[in-house]
Amino acid sequence: MSAGRGLDRRRVLQAAAAGVIASIGGCAVRSAGSSSAARVVVVGGGYGGATAAKYLRLLSGGRLDVVLVEPDPAFVSCPLSNLVLGGSRTMADITRPYTTLERAHGVRLVHDRVDRIDLAQRIAILGSGQRLNYDKLVLSPGVEMVWDSVAGLRAASEQGRIVQAWKAGPETATLRRQLEAMPDGGVFAIAIPETPYRCPPGPYERACQVAHYFKSAKPKSKVLILDANEDVTSKGPLFKRVWAESYAGMIEYRPQHKASAVDAAAGLVKFEVQDDVRADVLNVLPTMRAGAVAVQSGLANANGRWCLVNYLNFESTAARHVHVLGDSIQVAPAMPKSGHMANGHAKVAAAAIVAELADAEIDPAPMLTNTCYSFVDDQRAIHVASVHEYVAAERTFKTVAGSGGLSSAANELEGRYGWNWARTIWADALA
Amino acid sequence: MRAFRTTLLASLSALVAAHASAAPSAADQEALRLRSLASTCAQCHGTDGRPVADSIVPPLAGRPEAETVQQLLAFKAGTRASTVMTQLAKGYSDAQIRQLAGYFAAQR
Repeated sequence: MSAGRGLDRRRVLQAAAAGVIASIGGCAVRSAGSSSAARVVVVGGGYGGATAAKYLRLLSGGRLDVVLVEPDPAFVSCPLSNLVLGGSRTMADITRPYTTLERAHGVRLVHDRVDRIDLAQRIAILGSGQRLNYDKLVLSPGVEMVWDSVAGLRAASEQGRIVQAWKAGPETATLRRQLEAMPDGGVFAIAIPETPYRCPPGPYERACQVAHYFKSAKPKSKVLILDANEDVTSKGPLFKRVWAESYAGMIEYRPQHKASAVDAAAGLVKFEVQDDVRADVLNVLPTMRAGAVAVQSGLANANGRWCLVNYLNFESTAARHVHVLGDSIQVAPAMPKSGHMANGHAKVAAAAIVAELADAEIDPAPMLTNTCYSFVDDQRAIHVASVHEYVAAERTFKTVAGSGGLSSAANELEGRYGWNWARTIWADALA
Repeated sequence: MRAFRTTLLASLSALVAAHASAAPSAADQEALRLRSLASTCAQCHGTDGRPVADSIVPPLAGRPEAETVQQLLAFKAGTRASTVMTQLAKGYSDAQIRQLAGYFAAQR
């Protein structure tokens, strides 16, 4: 942390305030062999991709041509989407427009999906057939469900009978309607895959939200948590205390239940070892892996599931000029697959891309934080927080010794902070 | 807002003029590193420390440097009560805390 010591501190701060790349050899940010600005194509407008698009423009002083490719018309947040299931928030509450990225930051938005990537020629080929040349590609495609891990699940999901709602959007609304249609005295069951999966505490928060809804609307109903893991994978003691104190007799937790098949017509989940479970509303989450475009492009080089990256700049170890962010990567130790973390990945990658394109040195000691709130009812939340530093000797991120921690108990103050976090990080990514 | 824009434009054009064809200087690289470090606060405090409307967490932009250093060190030591800030402040060195405070004080 001594790099700034010999420098004129005032100039550093001025440069930082001005939009840094303006000071980094303005002419250097050029596309190789071309007189136009270098182009970065960002694939996926979630927490990682939207943040990357904005910060690439900010950190380059608007000198990079940034194209964001995202099929959905608006940003819908996965964090807090469980509150829609609980009934205290609406889809509109967790939806924000992408248009601010265009108007305020000059990002070019293309509402399409990327079908294929030509890694050798550096071209992203879109669903429309449009071909986007890139100098750098930022890939933030989220997760893909591994349907074959649970027999019968793909068909049940396509028919809308057993939805996942693990990407917030139409399935969130569908699952809420199924809960509303369920008779009092019914059973909601959520099946959790083995780690790693997107949003470790998400399933346990969802169980709380559904139970919160049942408590007032259908008090004779039950919530079953069927977990493939040995124990609750995140905030365990905090969740268990809430289940005992607020949802006793309603929420039941069963570890070591790895789903192997579903029978949607009979409302059944089958397990590798344990007995079948019947439920009125089933929410079965299969094994997850990197987003489809990453897998199809050969970038999921960790067991065919996740993308190995150089943590200094999030460049894929399988392809030069391709940077992978968020839930798709093979994580460093104690690094959760969370929206907050994807936002952090995006900033490290954006700064590294801007530096590299300007022939500047990449920050040798990037930092990441994570703050994750889980709502246990409509008001109270619990959090887990951590700080991660790049450890050069081990070429990975590690949590800073002594940092991080959890809530002492669920409380309303953290519920207010949780909602404030959401509004702020959405603005940090989009506005 | 106008004052901010004027300051920003002045420093921007000065820097572009000074470095139009030069290789990136150590100061420029340090500025990029500093802004990246500060962006680790933005998820809760807003981009460059500017909060969203009706935010219940304090703004960092424009806050006097000494005040921010004092608060962050108090969080780090656990002498100021908090929910997440003690846990996060313990993840930053005292040198990083001073750099962050300087960065946010320079934001208008």
